[in-house]
Amino acid sequence: MHHFIDRRANPKGKSLGNRQRFLRRARENIKERVDQSVRGKSIQGGGGVPDEGEKVTIPTRGLKEPRFFHSSKGGLRRHVLPGNKEFVVGDTIKRPQGGAGQGGRKASEDGEGEDEFSFTLTQEEYLEILFEGLELPDLVEKATVETETIGTRRAGLTTAGTPNNLNLVRTMRNSLGRRIALQRPTTKSQRDLEEQIAELEALDERTPPQEEFLETLRKKLEGVLRKRKVVGYIDPLDLRYDTFVPEKIRNSRAVVFCLMDVSGSMQEREKDLAKRFFLLLHLFLERCYEHTELVFVRHTHHAQEVDEETFFYARETGGTIVSTALEKMKEIIDERYPPDEWNIYGAQASDGENFGNDSVRCKNLLLNDLLPVSQFYAYVEIVDEAAEMLLNNPEAGEDLWQNYREVKAQAQHFEMQRVSQPGHIYPIFREFFLPKVKGAQYAGS
Amino acid sequence: MQAAETAREPLFDGPEWTFELMEKARDAIEEIALEDLGLDVYPNQIEIISAEQMLDAYSCVGLPLMYQHWSFGKHFARDEALYRTGRQGLAYEIVINSNPCISYNMEENTMAMQTLVMAHAAFGHNHFFKNNYLFQQWTDAAGIHDYLAFAKNYIAACEERYGPMAVEEVLDAAHALQSQGVFRYGRPPKPTNEELVAMQKVREGYEGSQSVLDIWTDTTLGRDKLQLVEDADYSARRKLMNLPQENILYFLEKHSPVLEPWQCEILRIVRMLAQYLYPQKQTKVMNEGCATFVHYYIINKLHEQGQITQGAYMEMLHSHTNVVMQPEYDDPRYSGINPYALGFAMMQDIRRICQDPTDEDREWFPDFAGNPDWRGVLRDAWANYRDESFIQQFLSPNLIRKFKLFTLTNDAELPNLVVSQIHNRAGYKAIRRDLAKQYDLAYLEPDIQVTDADLRGDRELKLTHTVRDGIHLDEEDQDEVLKHLRRLWGYDVSLDAVEATTEN
Repeated sequence: MHHFIDRRANPKGKSLGNRQRFLRRARENIKERVDQSVRGKSIQGGGGVPDEGEKVTIPTRGLKEPRFFHSSKGGLRRHVLPGNKEFVVGDTIKRPQGGAGQGGRKASEDGEGEDEFSFTLTQEEYLEILFEGLELPDLVEKATVETETIGTRRAGLTTAGTPNNLNLVRTMRNSLGRRIALQRPTTKSQRDLEEQIAELEALDERTPPQEEFLETLRKKLEGVLRKRKVVGYIDPLDLRYDTFVPEKIRNSRAVVFCLMDVSGSMQEREKDLAKRFFLLLHLFLERCYEHTELVFVRHTHHAQEVDEETFFYARETGGTIVSTALEKMKEIIDERYPPDEWNIYGAQASDGENFGNDSVRCKNLLLNDLLPVSQFYAYVEIVDEAAEMLLNNPEAGEDLWQNYREVKAQAQHFEMQRVSQPGHIYPIFREFFLPKVKGAQYAGS
Repeated sequence: MQAAETAREPLFDGPEWTFELMEKARDAIEEIALEDLGLDVYPNQIEIISAEQMLDAYSCVGLPLMYQHWSFGKHFARDEALYRTGRQGLAYEIVINSNPCISYNMEENTMAMQTLVMAHAAFGHNHFFKNNYLFQQWTDAAGIHDYLAFAKNYIAACEERYGPMAVEEVLDAAHALQSQGVFRYGRPPKPTNEELVAMQKVREGYEGSQSVLDIWTDTTLGRDKLQLVEDADYSARRKLMNLPQENILYFLEKHSPVLEPWQCEILRIVRMLAQYLYPQKQTKVMNEGCATFVHYYIINKLHEQGQITQGAYMEMLHSHTNVVMQPEYDDPRYSGINPYALGFAMMQDIRRICQDPTDEDREWFPDFAGNPDWRGVLRDAWANYRDESFIQQFLSPNLIRKFKLFTLTNDAELPNLVVSQIHNRAGYKAIRRDLAKQYDLAYLEPDIQVTDADLRGDRELKLTHTVRDGIHLDEEDQDEVLKHLRRLWGYDVSLDAVEATTEN
């Protein structure tokens, strides 16, 4: 009649549906907080979203579960309390500040009295809200676009090899050990004997005990010299050589170039969208590579490499010449990021304006210099939400857009997208990060 | 400790539990529970669950099956955050008032804790559920699983058909009125025959959302009475609509002019569950006291018989002591009177009064002081009282002294709080009365009744809040609830506060 049941193996996440309903309910509030946290977040530091999730605190309004209950103020109440020590009937106690008496009605049933509600969003939920309902695929599975280079790897020590691979430390350690073990006389003991002998020999006259002593010393020295000869300072036995074996090395370093137009037309909203774009790219890549670096290049009519803080928040005035940024990127690649060691990713955000006929120059720079060494290059043009015409018609657009369209026609690993809200950002990556190996042929020199 | 009466082998040795050991322990506990204490329990179904499943159960008010609603997700998120940051531990068990009686034990428990928990939940709580009059009268232990399954499926089907948002709106509103969704005094009207048949169908596994949704037709819900109601004058109306009505959800379900049948059914589900849980709210002290008394008696007995080792016994006592600790009012840990502490102490005290009464006890409890059958006295108390009446009846001067209870009067008219009673001869009765009142839900929860609804006139729903001791409703929440209420009623809703005429 009684029995035991082991429920531990039951499927988890029984309350998943409740959680989804809760997140939907709190969506507005959560979104506000997530937006805030993105603004305050550095792309570099910790790389966006921690794996264990993001803690958010939201105001309880909208999540309130109102009930009829007695106010905590006013009226006549009696509370029975334990632990009376010195009170007698009639004692008075100052009313505690805040009004609510102890006991009686629970002032905050279900923690409701609090104004704020904290909980942890998982990384998926965080991203889902950050990018407004884009269906994030399993980031991990997609796309390690990696190059391979042939390199060599240390493979321990051998007793034979070429002198240039001689491992001095190991060799000398062996030598020292052997010398100690075989009691090889030191140079100092030899020198001491020689000195004593020379001292005695220098005397004009020697007493018989001195003669005898000199004789022993000479014999001793002879023995020392013989032993030093037999037990060599370095013996072929001591020699150790480093060995190297050739190996295919997965190139697991990536650098992301964030290029952004910071001229006056890029406002808070534009920069915020751009930030999400860079954040997402970085996030993808962080999952793929052991080591990722970020380079921030901002440009007006000239380009500068800056730190993240300056990149997003400092103001700059001037015209707009996009090619300066591309040139800067090329320059930095040449200086610091040899393409056979680094996977290079480019991400460019702009509002689409460019000076005169500079766009053709951009096209050529991309096609001739940058795309051949890059794994992927993405361009977003941030437009007004009202500019539906542009959003719906990829054929329309300014000079820069038109030239980039030509680039796209020629290079598979170039993506471009018009963006007016966060949800638009994701599709740029979708195509590219589908599980197929791609782009690797462009790497290497 | 006395020498073992019948020296037996220890049931287990070491912290690891296994199902075999638990069965052995359960049999030993059962022997004491049934033959010595004379408990009467539902068959037990003991389920082992993980911490995450325990959190799941927490968020759904401890029920094994529950429909889906965002508020449960919210509670889960909060409990999880508290648990993960170590600010809140998890219960060792959760037990459900059902037949068979299901108790969930945490897998993390040691064998000693599993033994303690079985004695506590599978026998202590179980006996209380089966025998207390409130549970017997108001809950259907055998049917609750089927009902929960029905509720879950029904609401899922509604979400499918009418959209999750529409269902959520009704559920939000119904939850807001949950505490006003119980019958406190009057018996609920008996279900009609059609309803009984429909319920029967559900129980027999009448599946398929289509048919589940169509079970509750207008006739089964008494909708044809509506016409009648509309023509009636005030007094006749009151009679027809069962006014005044304390169960607001019931009233809306039967009389709301705007609710669809499926919406009425959702209200019904919410109020049925509120009613099912209502006895538990009224018996926190007794329920926990009973379970704690039972586990304490059983582990001591097992120890006397040599069935548990010294180490396991120490572990159990350690846990027991934590559970029954009552911090004093000025202790930073103080957060009200601990129901485990009060219940356990009162039941131990009843046993003492039976076995070893003082003159004072004989004066205060002539009925049972010195009664050799303390087990019978306790079983009778467990069966026939709720917290309020139990305290009123059984709290002894001895315990009032032991807890050093005092009454603090907080009168908003006066500048300061006044100590009105302390643990002396003059204060015992008053403290007992005050404490009992502190557990009287009818006093703690606002008394709000539907007093009128003229369906032919302006259709305004009139509610009356009877104000006692000058304590009004919290205004912010009140307005929110009224908004929900308006949604369910469809027309204006007014809430009047009326001072109670008589003090009792």
